Amino acid sequence: MSLRGTIERINGSLVVARFEAEPRIGDLVEVGKLGLMGEIVRLSGEEAFIQCYEATSGLKPGEPVIDTGKPLVAELGPGIMGTILDGVERSETKLWELTGPFITRGARILPLDRSKRWGFEPTVKQGDKVTGGDILGTVQETESFQHRILLPPGVEGTIEQISRGSFTVEEPIGTLKTATGPVELRLMHTWPVRRPRPFKERLPLSIPLVTGQRVIDTFFPVAKGGTASIPGGFGTGKTVMLQQISKWADADVIILIGCGERGNEMADVVAHFPELTDPRSGRRLIERTVIVANVSNMPVSAREASIYLGITLGEYYRDMGYDVAVMADSTSRWAEALRDISGRLEEIPAESGYPAYLSDRIAEIYERAGRVVTLGSGQRVGSLTLLGAVSPPGGDFSEPVTTHTLRYVGTFWALDQELAFRRHFPAINWLRSFSKYLEVASQWWSKYERNWDQVRAVALGLLEEAAEIEETARIIGEKALPDEQRLILLVAEMLREGFLVQSAFHEVDKFCEPEKQAALLKIIVDFYSLAEPLIRHGIPIEKVRELDIVPELMRLKEREGIKPIEEARIEMKRQIERLAKEYEVAPR
Amino acid sequence: MRLEEAGLVYKTTTEIKGPLLFVEGVRDVAYDEVVRITTPSGEEVLGTVLDVSRDWAMIQVFGETSGMDLNVGVRFTGEALRIPVSDELIGRVFSGSFRPLDGMPRPLSTDMRDVHGGVINPAARDVPSEFIQTGISAIDGMNSLVRGQKLPIFSESGLPHNQLAAQIARQATIPGKEEEFAIVFAAMGIKNEEAEFFREEFEKTGALNKAVMILNLADDPPIERIVTPRIAQTIAEYLAFDLDMHVLTIMTDMTNYAEALRSISIAREEIPTRKGYPGYLYSDLATIYERAGRIVGKKGSVTLMPILTMPGGDITHPVPDLTGYITEGQIILQRELALRGIYPPINVLPSLSRLMKDGIGEKTTRKDHADVSNQLYMAYAEGTRARGLVRIVGLVGLSERERTWLEFADQFEKRFVNQGPYENRTIEQTLNIAWDLLALLPEEDLIRVREAYIKEFHPRYRRAE
Repeated sequence: MSLRGTIERINGSLVVARFEAEPRIGDLVEVGKLGLMGEIVRLSGEEAFIQCYEATSGLKPGEPVIDTGKPLVAELGPGIMGTILDGVERSETKLWELTGPFITRGARILPLDRSKRWGFEPTVKQGDKVTGGDILGTVQETESFQHRILLPPGVEGTIEQISRGSFTVEEPIGTLKTATGPVELRLMHTWPVRRPRPFKERLPLSIPLVTGQRVIDTFFPVAKGGTASIPGGFGTGKTVMLQQISKWADADVIILIGCGERGNEMADVVAHFPELTDPRSGRRLIERTVIVANVSNMPVSAREASIYLGITLGEYYRDMGYDVAVMADSTSRWAEALRDISGRLEEIPAESGYPAYLSDRIAEIYERAGRVVTLGSGQRVGSLTLLGAVSPPGGDFSEPVTTHTLRYVGTFWALDQELAFRRHFPAINWLRSFSKYLEVASQWWSKYERNWDQVRAVALGLLEEAAEIEETARIIGEKALPDEQRLILLVAEMLREGFLVQSAFHEVDKFCEPEKQAALLKIIVDFYSLAEPLIRHGIPIEKVRELDIVPELMRLKEREGIKPIEEARIEMKRQIERLAKEYEVAPR
Repeated sequence: MRLEEAGLVYKTTTEIKGPLLFVEGVRDVAYDEVVRITTPSGEEVLGTVLDVSRDWAMIQVFGETSGMDLNVGVRFTGEALRIPVSDELIGRVFSGSFRPLDGMPRPLSTDMRDVHGGVINPAARDVPSEFIQTGISAIDGMNSLVRGQKLPIFSESGLPHNQLAAQIARQATIPGKEEEFAIVFAAMGIKNEEAEFFREEFEKTGALNKAVMILNLADDPPIERIVTPRIAQTIAEYLAFDLDMHVLTIMTDMTNYAEALRSISIAREEIPTRKGYPGYLYSDLATIYERAGRIVGKKGSVTLMPILTMPGGDITHPVPDLTGYITEGQIILQRELALRGIYPPINVLPSLSRLMKDGIGEKTTRKDHADVSNQLYMAYAEGTRARGLVRIVGLVGLSERERTWLEFADQFEKRFVNQGPYENRTIEQTLNIAWDLLALLPEEDLIRVREAYIKEFHPRYRRAE
């Protein structure tokens, strides 16, 4: 049911066409002689406005347009894991083979390989009653990733026949008897990217997503199924942080969306992920990763699609019962794509030229995160955690994309330029950031540290107090401060250097297991409670600072495992006691 | 006879508005195609189609529209804007829209390239990782450049960004290899004397024989600047990916380019975003900057160094801001340093090279490089903080430790950042200076350096050997 039409006007990525009959909003169209991909975004009288996903140079009014009658869909099935896709799910590796290192327009590549055969092992049998979302069987997609073949949502019936064996994604693997007649079962199905995939029910968020990054896990955790936003000016380390999380987070599947970002960064991920192994499973990281790379010089409108594609893929893996983390870098570029199209449609802008519906669109995206009971019989649980970078112009957090995003996310990691300048990474400002998942985290952490809540609160309290003292120090100088306050400054420095700063490139420090995080934080907090009485009794701060244990505590993060921390604890007590003794015997 | 010469000439212009021309009654016109406009005085000016409907087209003109009337002849060429490429371009000088300025004939080639270029497939990109030694400590030591990187210089009027760019072009080399860079130089709206400075610099060092210069100067038509950087990158891509050369593209001044883009946007009555710049400034700059890089299986590379002046020294101005979001770092020049007589006046704190980590280390520079760089950043940040404090509480108000930081910061600027415009330091020299400075600090404060490296490189231990 394809409709034919002709181009009336071309204005950048916006193409206006007239069709012989009425098309629908959201329909996918083929534009011009090259058959460029586009999507209908507005209807006005007889004119259809199309946002084109490929560059429109050379198009002429009068060229044909075909409405495919279908919306923009994602193909879901085996063959996606470990690949690098563009915003409309074409494999960039295949595009490269087909058209060379420069992307040419109008290249047709079906997302899933139609000739590759997959070994299918059914888990249902003839006569089983199944409903949408049920697992029909499995395909071992990569060495370590088991792809669970799902009955598409909205279908139900009785298995008439199903066979194990080797199939392409299109070949029938069996048939289903439904109320409306037999339906052939396949390894793949499609789903419109802009429509959230259905699930049975939302579950409360109860498990933190462990990332191995101390400032995140300990201070500003995100829950599995939760959302987080990372705003920061350029150079504050958004991308490195998202990459760190994608490397080390305890998710089963990682979707990394490079939306309007740097090509070299995508190349970096493609080059380095296959070399890295997950510290927990020993698997190669690329085997659980899908990269959607729509870089900054690709057509703007495909940027818009890339976010929806990435989230749809994430929902599909979630429906299999996996924990999925989706990283979107950067949602600002996606919002700019919205703005670009909105401007060309001559819509009345709200703030900074963004359309009035920006806030709704942001909400729609973040609401697709969650921890859910999936469709189908049984209580299969899956989660989709969504982390979005925001690139505020001029690093100004009061701009529309940042402010609207903050309304919908559970965790806010505010990146700080000052910290980045002194190469304090991750440059998360501990005074401005927040997490709404602390209760969740607190329960989980109690298995590593009984008083986790308290230790964390003391540490954060000290950091906050130090910030205030620094304000004073800026006026009167540190030397003029009372020693009690200078001790707080010292401990805050130890917390910063020994805990908050974490090198992404240090062989040990790049990943910090929860047990070690808890122990590290505890020992620094304990140092404070041991040293504080000394200061109160008049021992000068210089003496405390000179203790050998001070630099050692800041280096513990670089040492492997918990043992060095335990040893340092004994040494710390010894040194503090010795100092106390020294002053008790010394005449006052 | 070329196809373009066979086209119809339209005399149906209905409106001329700033750099835009509206033509009616046109047929068979393609979006983005090249237009040749003949002015009443017989001069030919280039333009491209920005918006086209069945019977009218909007054209942006890459030359002066003043002096035009509604009787101009408009000829649609049916082609995208393309330039002929060949190895004969090397050593030549062209205008911002590719007219020869060196008295030599127009270059000819059967190989015509669209100036918009293609998009390098992210999957086909090779990670830039070859360290380029520029001989400048603040860059090599703390913001290392690698082949295929795009690293802009953010400057202000009156600062020596041109000297710095010329020094980099002169000294850039891969340690251990004697390969030189071919240079593509694109000027947009800079003064004649600035262009002359570069030409002389290149001539003095013999670099002119391996340079291509594309010059749109301050008195040339501003809208021409829209194509200037694209022509430059088209040539750079050709030299790099067809002729296997390592190319360094220098573009100056990107702020002038952005202003040209803004004036078209305003003439089109588009909704402006910040400071009147169009919402697509980011995407537009990306189509220029992202053409730098490396490609798997190709020998050559395009390294890009755009120079831009920050109006009022404001780094949050849209042009530096959006540039910083696209490029892989930035080198920032600071007026205060220049006033104190530091050359190059690079403020390392806000400067950054994102690709540094891949280019440095045991195999290319030295294993302590990353740690040393981190430590310098931290120490200098502490030092500048102490410097701020001195202004309020005086030197006596500082603690012993703060005084050490302060001393470090002064020495760092004088001995590490500061160097001669003709001084070419090896990376080994740069790192050794760094260690001499770090030795001013108590050893327990060198928290960002691995203990093993302290033992190996700290002057205290080296002298003991």
